Amino acid sequence: MSNKVVQAMYNDDDILMDAVKEVRAANYHIEEVYTPFPVHGLDKAMGLKGTRIAITAFMYGCVGLVFSVWMMDYMMIKDWPQDIGGKPSFTFIQNMPAFVPIMFEMTVFFAAHLMVITFYMRSRLWPFKEAENPDPRTTDDMFVMEVIIDGNEDELIAFLEKTGTVEIKVTEKH
Amino acid sequence: MSSHYEAPIRRPLIIGDKNYHDISVDVAAPVEGKANKLWWTAFSIALIAFLWGIGCIVYTIGTGIGVWGLNKTVGWAWDITNFVWWVGIGHAGTLISAVLLLFRQKWRMGINRSAEAMTIFSVIQAGLFPVIHMGRVWNAHFVLPLPNQFGTLWTNFNSPLLWDVFAISTYLSVSLVFWWTGLLPDFAMLRDRAIRPFQKKIYGLLSFGWTGRAKDWQRFEEVSLVLAGLATPLVLSVHTIVSFDFATSVIPGWHTTIFPPYFVAGAVFSGFAMVNTLLIIMRKVSNLEAYITKQHIELMNIVIMITGSIVGCAYITELFIAWYSGVEYEQYAFLNRATGPYWWAYLFMMSCNVFSPQFMWFKRLRTSITFSFIISIVVNIGMWFERFVIIVTSLHRDYLPSSWTMFSPTFVDIGIFIGTIGFFFVLFLLYARTFPVIAQAEVKSILKASGEKYKKLRDGNHE
Repeated sequence: MSNKVVQAMYNDDDILMDAVKEVRAANYHIEEVYTPFPVHGLDKAMGLKGTRIAITAFMYGCVGLVFSVWMMDYMMIKDWPQDIGGKPSFTFIQNMPAFVPIMFEMTVFFAAHLMVITFYMRSRLWPFKEAENPDPRTTDDMFVMEVIIDGNEDELIAFLEKTGTVEIKVTEKH
Repeated sequence: MSSHYEAPIRRPLIIGDKNYHDISVDVAAPVEGKANKLWWTAFSIALIAFLWGIGCIVYTIGTGIGVWGLNKTVGWAWDITNFVWWVGIGHAGTLISAVLLLFRQKWRMGINRSAEAMTIFSVIQAGLFPVIHMGRVWNAHFVLPLPNQFGTLWTNFNSPLLWDVFAISTYLSVSLVFWWTGLLPDFAMLRDRAIRPFQKKIYGLLSFGWTGRAKDWQRFEEVSLVLAGLATPLVLSVHTIVSFDFATSVIPGWHTTIFPPYFVAGAVFSGFAMVNTLLIIMRKVSNLEAYITKQHIELMNIVIMITGSIVGCAYITELFIAWYSGVEYEQYAFLNRATGPYWWAYLFMMSCNVFSPQFMWFKRLRTSITFSFIISIVVNIGMWFERFVIIVTSLHRDYLPSSWTMFSPTFVDIGIFIGTIGFFFVLFLLYARTFPVIAQAEVKSILKASGEKYKKLRDGNHE
């Protein structure tokens, strides 16, 4: 398959939204859309699946909770039980009320950090990562829609020109 | 246009005839411009205070905490007062960025970035105090449950002080990633505007290669929402746990079940005051009055008024419960607080925290910038005294009358406190010149709904 794409630039989010819907209705394949801010409803209009990142956060939180329970059970009950101010340290459940704050903190710690790391990995964001937006204006006030050319370059450009675009470019996508 | 509907009764959050590009230009201006004399003056003063603080810390570490005014009876004083004060100030940032996000309050978008910056910078100051209070700072890692040469010597998970270690470090690190994730698109905007190669490189590095793909934005919004959901109980837990440092002890005046909600309300109260202090100056100096409007200040004043009143209720409840408990030690602790040798501190606390926010019931006062600024300073002084009153007045009258004493700070106590204020402002002033101080991507997303121009276009016939 060819890697050629048409980059149609828009200067308004509402025009972009209408264009995305038209392009999808005409059965062209939208490769990517770059926007300077979150355009609500764009993901649905593009037909993107919902993100599952919140589910991962829940699972990471469970890991954090289990880890904190294991850690405190090992350190306070199993490895070296101590009499601290007469607090019961014979079984985990007896000592558990004193462990609740740290169980909570570790749950949040794991959920938040591992979710953010997952987000950075999945969206390929890290220090020294080169930015890949097609035009520097896409972080300012321009919206770019990339549509794949499938041997229909002229027809596609003619179609996109009618969707309110302000600039059209054909490039090679790596 | 219809998709951007907002009730006409809502006042615009972005003043003037702005478009998307104008927002980029306005947010980038303080970063791209040169610092003026005022900034350099403020920065120099802050830096000198910071260096003075470092000197005092070095002296403390070198000699021991005997150089502070602490004594056998009053073992916690300015150090822990400052710690609680700084943590409390930090809370407003998370409240604005997380709680107001969950409540879908659009006005948070103009101020959340700076409020979160304030959170991070003030929690750094807070964290300093327990560490130097240990005396032997080189053993600070002993608070972490690390395997060590003693084999089975672990930290004590029954101790509220250890809960604090976990709470504060979770809070600082989670606030930091929340802040940074929100910063990525705005750093990317600065990167793509940058002309000088050095700036481009730095902002390219900081923006983690953000490109603004539709999928990235989808994840970004989900991550922000989940982080807000996590940060909300987290921020409540942090000050709850700070209050446990006192509440789980058996000192009359500390051993109180009302402490967690009372501390959280006080934290939000002082934090919003600090946000007002900082932003009233910043909106003027950095020309951001179109984004941090009078309405923002007014709404923050309302929060100050409400949380100040909650704090007032807590003070009165404390007094009532002390009397109602029938425990003479409790009764004495509170009577002594109000009428004992520290009556002046109690009066400061009461007048600054309970009386002064009541002025905000008047619309004329809460929409006055000068008055808001004065009250914000008064509240911060009051909240410092609240912690001082709780800590020192409860301790200075021991169970043993022969050890009754007073506390007076040495120059080192004062120097370290001033040093942290200096450090805080050094960080904040550097931030104000190098970071996008407004979450411009988020502000752009509400421009059509809440921008003055668009609102007028939509509800044109009303005026």
